[in-house]
Amino acid sequence: MKYGPLVFLAAFFALASSWCGFVLTPQLQIGRLQQTNTLGGAAATYPVAWPGLARQGMEVYRANGCVYCHSQQVGQTGTVVDIALADAGTNLTATVAALLSLADAATNQSADLTPLPALELDKSNPTDTNLLSGLPKAFFRSPSPQDANAALQALNATSAKAQLWIVPVGPDIARGWGKRRSVAEDFLFDSPALPGSQRVGPDLADVGTRLPNPNWHLLHLYAPRLQVKGSIMPPYRFLFEQRKIEHRPSPDALVLPADLAPPSGYEVVPTPAAKALAAYLISLHADAPLFVAPLTVATTHAAPATNAAPASEAATTNAPPAPAPAR
Amino acid sequence: MSVISSPSQASPADAGAELCPPDSPALIDASCRLPLVVLFLAAAVWLVIGSAFALMASLKFHAPGFLADSAWLTYGRVHPAGLNSMLYGFCIPAGLGVALWLLARLGHARLARPGLVTLGAVCWNLGVALGISGILAGRSTGFEDLEMPAYAARVVFLGYLMIVLWAVLTFQQRRERQLFVSQWFLFAALFWFPWINSTANLLLLTFQVRGIAQAVVAWWYSDNLLVVWFGLVGLAAVFYFVPKLTGRELHSRYLALLTFWMLILFGSWGGIPRSAPVPAWMPISSAIATGLGLITIIAVGLNVYQTLGGQCSKLWSHPSLRFIGFGVVAFVVVGLIRAAGALSEVSHATQFTWFTVARGMLNSYGFFTMVILGAIYYIAPQLMGAEFPSAKLVTAHFWTAAAGILLFVVPLAVSGVVQGLKLQQPSIPFADIAHGTLPFLRASTTGDLLIALGHLMFLANLAGLVIRFYRARVASAWASATAQIKPVEARA
Repeated sequence: MKYGPLVFLAAFFALASSWCGFVLTPQLQIGRLQQTNTLGGAAATYPVAWPGLARQGMEVYRANGCVYCHSQQVGQTGTVVDIALADAGTNLTATVAALLSLADAATNQSADLTPLPALELDKSNPTDTNLLSGLPKAFFRSPSPQDANAALQALNATSAKAQLWIVPVGPDIARGWGKRRSVAEDFLFDSPALPGSQRVGPDLADVGTRLPNPNWHLLHLYAPRLQVKGSIMPPYRFLFEQRKIEHRPSPDALVLPADLAPPSGYEVVPTPAAKALAAYLISLHADAPLFVAPLTVATTHAAPATNAAPASEAATTNAPPAPAPAR
Repeated sequence: MSVISSPSQASPADAGAELCPPDSPALIDASCRLPLVVLFLAAAVWLVIGSAFALMASLKFHAPGFLADSAWLTYGRVHPAGLNSMLYGFCIPAGLGVALWLLARLGHARLARPGLVTLGAVCWNLGVALGISGILAGRSTGFEDLEMPAYAARVVFLGYLMIVLWAVLTFQQRRERQLFVSQWFLFAALFWFPWINSTANLLLLTFQVRGIAQAVVAWWYSDNLLVVWFGLVGLAAVFYFVPKLTGRELHSRYLALLTFWMLILFGSWGGIPRSAPVPAWMPISSAIATGLGLITIIAVGLNVYQTLGGQCSKLWSHPSLRFIGFGVVAFVVVGLIRAAGALSEVSHATQFTWFTVARGMLNSYGFFTMVILGAIYYIAPQLMGAEFPSAKLVTAHFWTAAAGILLFVVPLAVSGVVQGLKLQQPSIPFADIAHGTLPFLRASTTGDLLIALGHLMFLANLAGLVIRFYRARVASAWASATAQIKPVEARA
């Protein structure tokens, strides 16, 4: 390469290709993403725009660089299928027998099934119909949609009503950091989008589900070690104001233990920025079932019928092919 | 630009009236002096400021309450302020300074419009100062490596254009038409930055794209800056200085050509992390491109090794070569780590951990900063026509910098792998994982401290050199001014 223009063309070509690849194409593919519907009976629009206070809180989050220690993206290693009973049917003995034969198949490894605690606990007393109390609950877990489907049919044959629940799995999900992997849709209204690259602190994608109380967050921001023992997070006291109690104490004042409490006659109140940040944190959720990242929303323990309904519908809409999971 | 077939005929055929014989090195150095002094001195100051911020951020892992009550000095602001001081305060302007000098020297042509280049340098540094104070004031954009608020980013961009316009002109006015390998790298780098920087600033700050597409653009930008731009400028310096200072020919032009193509073709496709919540083809293509980056690494390692004739001890013959040699080793190590990260097993174990920080530091510090420092240690005495005030301080800087980088990078890398493996096991509580990283983070503070110390030595030495030069100039000007009076009076 002797000539300047040639070098220029080479570099131009290389950068143009990368630009088309990682700037233009993502725009065409995910830059025009629209709201979608969540799966299941109670289909809702997802995501929804941030409520005003949470939107302001996002600015506080950005300004103070929370992103350098907290990611907001849940990983997922795969999807498994849980076999659950929604209704025991009329012939309880047959249902229990079917469950136990499936449990045998699981032990013999003739089917790729893992018994779940709901089954294990009552194995000592198999005829006990306690096994069937507190439905809907999951009895088996299987990574194979075929085996799960076979188990489903075996159970349904007994007049019981069985369901398949789609359950994303992975270390992050096992930690309770979210219900499913994060997808592009989750960030639709984020500005700036802050997926983060570090986990000096825990992932916050689903912190609003985990810790829904804004007061918890306010106390945690003021004195992290008060709420999380041994936390290495720095305190954010500049988001609070220590002021003299005028006529009566503010309802917002933090309830602090003696060693952190302000001198008598004073109180510590969160500034609007702190309240906004707490509002933002409690509005972070990563549990909506989406077409690209399906999961079955269900309560695994005894639940009122109203809560169970969407779960069962979600299961029926998703169940038959156990659609191609995330990965 | 006219195209000439033979470099030997170039001079007379090409430029006609404009063309004079090649400029002498002394003339070239004189033309570069003012802009480069401004670029290098300001860069050295930012280096010290940046390492002070980094030290402050690191100390927060010893005591989370340290300077926590001031909004301006909270970790989430001090940390990016430190990174940006390093990146935009030192790396890019110092790299540009080295690029200007290399382009002028290799083209045997004076720097075009040194005054305007100086103005550009001032504009750039003004923008960086605005940007860093913006970050501290809470106006950070939130995008990693692009934190400076829009108003500052525009000033910085303008400063870049004001410098690079004249760099391109210098390149075009070169007397030696035959291009040396370093010139390909530099010429590509010159316009790489405005393209990626304007794209990122326009799409992230002015006409903001939606949702996660922002993060994709930000990843693309930082990869193109930290891998491609750093690679282009850093390797240009390596390919120039290693042969020059060892007095040998560059082993292979073709290997260098291969390096160039691989770097611009595949380097520019890395950057999307494996875990990213985007359609799968993006992280996969990034992983493939990163894996192919291995070719770049092998080509560079082989070329430099062969140029040295297999005698790495030659690197000790010149203080600048030590820095550059360290940089080449760091470049190879970073490249290998990055290529290993293309495997999903490795990337799963290192994502979201301090390992990525260690890798980033080894790239921008161990590779780029060390190479550029080595280049400055060679260029500055040429510009000033004098040696550095203290040669011992140069050696001391090398050892503190090398030890500092190792003490910073190794603990963080180890801690990152441990952290990553533990994150894969949900039975280990997160608080324990966070605590497990603390001893390593605290050890890395020693590295920060040594690096900061080295930067102080560099600043002192460079400032000493510049002050001596200008003091001598003022003294001689004063002497000649006072001397002139007598004959005039006598004549009168």
